[in-house]
Amino acid sequence: MTAPILSVEDLAVTFATAAGPVAALQGVSFALQPGEVLGIVGESGSGKTVACRSVMRLLAANAQVRSGRILFEGRDMLALDEADLARIRGDRIAMIFQNPSTHLDPLMTAGGQVAEALRAHRGMGAREARRQAIDLLAEMRIPEPERRVDSYPHQLSGGMRQRVMIAAALACRPGVLLADEPTTALDVTVQAQILGLLKGLRAEHGLSIILVSHDLGVIAQMCDRVVVMKDGKVVETGPIADIIHRPRMDYTRQLIASQPALMLPAMPSNRVREPILAVRNLSVHYASSRGLSGLLTGQARHVVRAVDDVGFSLGQGETLGIVGESGSGKSTIARAIVGLAPVHAGEIDFAGRSVRRQDAAARLRFQRSVQMVFQDPFTSLNPSFTIARTLAEPLRRHRLCAPADIAARIAELMAKVELPDDLLSRRPSQLSGGQRQRVGIARALAVEPRLIIADEVTSALDVTIQAQILGLFKKLRDSMGLTIVLISHDLAVVRHLCERVVVMRHGRLVEHGVTAEVFAAPRDPYTQELLAAIPRIAIA
Amino acid sequence: MGRYAFVLRRPLQLVPVLIGISLVTFLLSQAMPGDPIRVMLGPKASEEAIAFVRARYGLDQPILVQYGYYLINVLRGDFGQSLAFRSPVLDVILERLAPTIYLLVYGLVLTLLFTVALAVAAARRQGRWVDQLVRFVCIAGLGLPSFWLGLMLIMFLSLKLKLFPVSGFAAAPIDNLWQLFLPALTIAIAVTPTLTRNLRATLVSQLASDYVVAGRSKGLPERWIFYRHVFPNSLLPTISLLGIVVSFLIGGTVVVETVFNVPGLGQLMVRAVLKRDYFTVQGITLFFSIGVVLTTFLVDLVSVALDPRVKL
Repeated sequence: MTAPILSVEDLAVTFATAAGPVAALQGVSFALQPGEVLGIVGESGSGKTVACRSVMRLLAANAQVRSGRILFEGRDMLALDEADLARIRGDRIAMIFQNPSTHLDPLMTAGGQVAEALRAHRGMGAREARRQAIDLLAEMRIPEPERRVDSYPHQLSGGMRQRVMIAAALACRPGVLLADEPTTALDVTVQAQILGLLKGLRAEHGLSIILVSHDLGVIAQMCDRVVVMKDGKVVETGPIADIIHRPRMDYTRQLIASQPALMLPAMPSNRVREPILAVRNLSVHYASSRGLSGLLTGQARHVVRAVDDVGFSLGQGETLGIVGESGSGKSTIARAIVGLAPVHAGEIDFAGRSVRRQDAAARLRFQRSVQMVFQDPFTSLNPSFTIARTLAEPLRRHRLCAPADIAARIAELMAKVELPDDLLSRRPSQLSGGQRQRVGIARALAVEPRLIIADEVTSALDVTIQAQILGLFKKLRDSMGLTIVLISHDLAVVRHLCERVVVMRHGRLVEHGVTAEVFAAPRDPYTQELLAAIPRIAIA
Repeated sequence: MGRYAFVLRRPLQLVPVLIGISLVTFLLSQAMPGDPIRVMLGPKASEEAIAFVRARYGLDQPILVQYGYYLINVLRGDFGQSLAFRSPVLDVILERLAPTIYLLVYGLVLTLLFTVALAVAAARRQGRWVDQLVRFVCIAGLGLPSFWLGLMLIMFLSLKLKLFPVSGFAAAPIDNLWQLFLPALTIAIAVTPTLTRNLRATLVSQLASDYVVAGRSKGLPERWIFYRHVFPNSLLPTISLLGIVVSFLIGGTVVVETVFNVPGLGQLMVRAVLKRDYFTVQGITLFFSIGVVLTTFLVDLVSVALDPRVKL
């Protein structure tokens, strides 16, 4: 084995907080070989991002390195002064981040942000740096680079923004790239393109990459070796095949088992059920306002067809998955069903009655029968309410039980979502993400709904927590006969839980059928592309 | 190009605004106590003379008819005859316009210099003694009333140290840099604290944003990150606030011009009110309103130029 290009030795980092110092990293060591892709995997709070930022010396002001060395090209990064550090960063070692929307300056053009690394490190003039920036954008496979070089970040798609960030990071041809969750904010087909781009850059330039991800699928597809982290410590390090197939530690095994893998059997669906929800020819259009000048100039309204002529139905006790990438209209369908989106045309029937034409009393009954659970349990729970108050509110509002019975009913709900009663006096900020999502589900269950619409309920959660929440949904469906519409960008989640699936793209329904059949033999080319783009853990 | 289309739209939207303003100022000056004809002709005038003059000026007509005449005349550029100065209101106003505009622009230039220097110094040395000092200066500045501050400046810098002239307005524009320094400084001291605190807060919050971390990861020097990324991103909120501050200042010239005896619109306004000179008061109010509307328009223009995401 050759000498590593980057090695982290016995690194310990603490954060000073109001409650005293908190250890973020303890005795972390790993090494990156030239031309290698090293994965760092772990759940949130495991220290993988802190490790990455320590290497670049980009930690927050309250972070303190307690011990250790970070050797890069023979020098200890921790011992460099600011000037030396600025010379190395962006030139010899570069970093890309999870969220390209916030890591790009909104007021500077894409080309400007790529060119400035060249100007700072190479002293290049504006014109030459711009020419190089165009070449770099082209190398990152951005279409029409001569035009895009002058685009601002808000004019670019998420995938293109990430390409711009990679172009800026690689402008000076550094030998090492640290990629911190580079595809987590992206759709699965865009993720596949970005990962392909990184692979190509490694092959072409011998780039060494550290890839940080919570997604074992991404890691398995990209990396030669992997470091598994938990609670600021390295749990296990080894070649990717060994870690996946012969994990030595329990934590690694648990992480692998929690992946909503595509190998698990798809939900069977052979029962015939009485339909509860029928959506026919649904169209939701959003029109921009024309304003006074628009009226005067006769300028046409700009109409966005968020959902266009979509139809499907759902039987009692059935679970339907709606999948699609961002902007495909999947959440809009949910909003239209509960009456939160402007329905342009089409019909929505619930339990045999039209949802769109009903009197106030019927509307109230309908609102009780259909409940939503949201993606971000933190923003959808009132932060100043205790959990008990949050759960009591719908019971009081809909007069579902006598005031004396409220406490008993709340305890029952907590038991259903498998939360201990002592959390009732806490507020949302004192709960973990998984616990908050359980509270969100309990609140939805409080009014005894017949249909639950779950919109990306697991996408903000770690894989092990995600597996637990999906397990909970399964249990609730089987024990209570709940009908569930599960909206997700994650095909594996849908396959795991749903008997039938609707695939959306650009507001249109491209495929609809029994999950097992759609996944085994997708008919539509887009569904095929979507399935092919999922990073899998290959089991030999 | 499309983002600048509002430049053509805006004059259309101004029409109802200006009609509203003219109606309100017209009705307000009608409600002012005192009779302008009596003030003009003095206490010894006979009732017949008063009735005659009143009829000549059309002041015996119903209010709405008077407003109608007023609007038609204003559209023709005729703001009426000043009762106190015995010449067309428009001439009286135009004569006094230059000192006010000069004073405002001068005051704003000083304000911007102070604000940027103080806010940048504070934000770049957050929590250190410079930051504390700027905070102290700002709070002190906020507490000083501008008329008192103006008088103190005259007392020390003009009368005691003889550094600056006490009052007045010079004929040559260059001399006025000297002549109007104290009133412009008074304006700057009055509004700098608010703007500085606003800009410092935005700079500090922008310094914590992700693109700053990304800039460091590219190896950009701190100064570069600050002046090319953080500073432009922090300007927008302060410029919106500046628009509001300028709108207040246009009215605020009344105090400063009176204290420093600058022959501008503010001073004219005070005299016109004291002499019950309806038409001049209306004319100045309309000019002030147009000034505020123009300021808002300029702020919008700057916002669109600074931020490619802004659409109006």
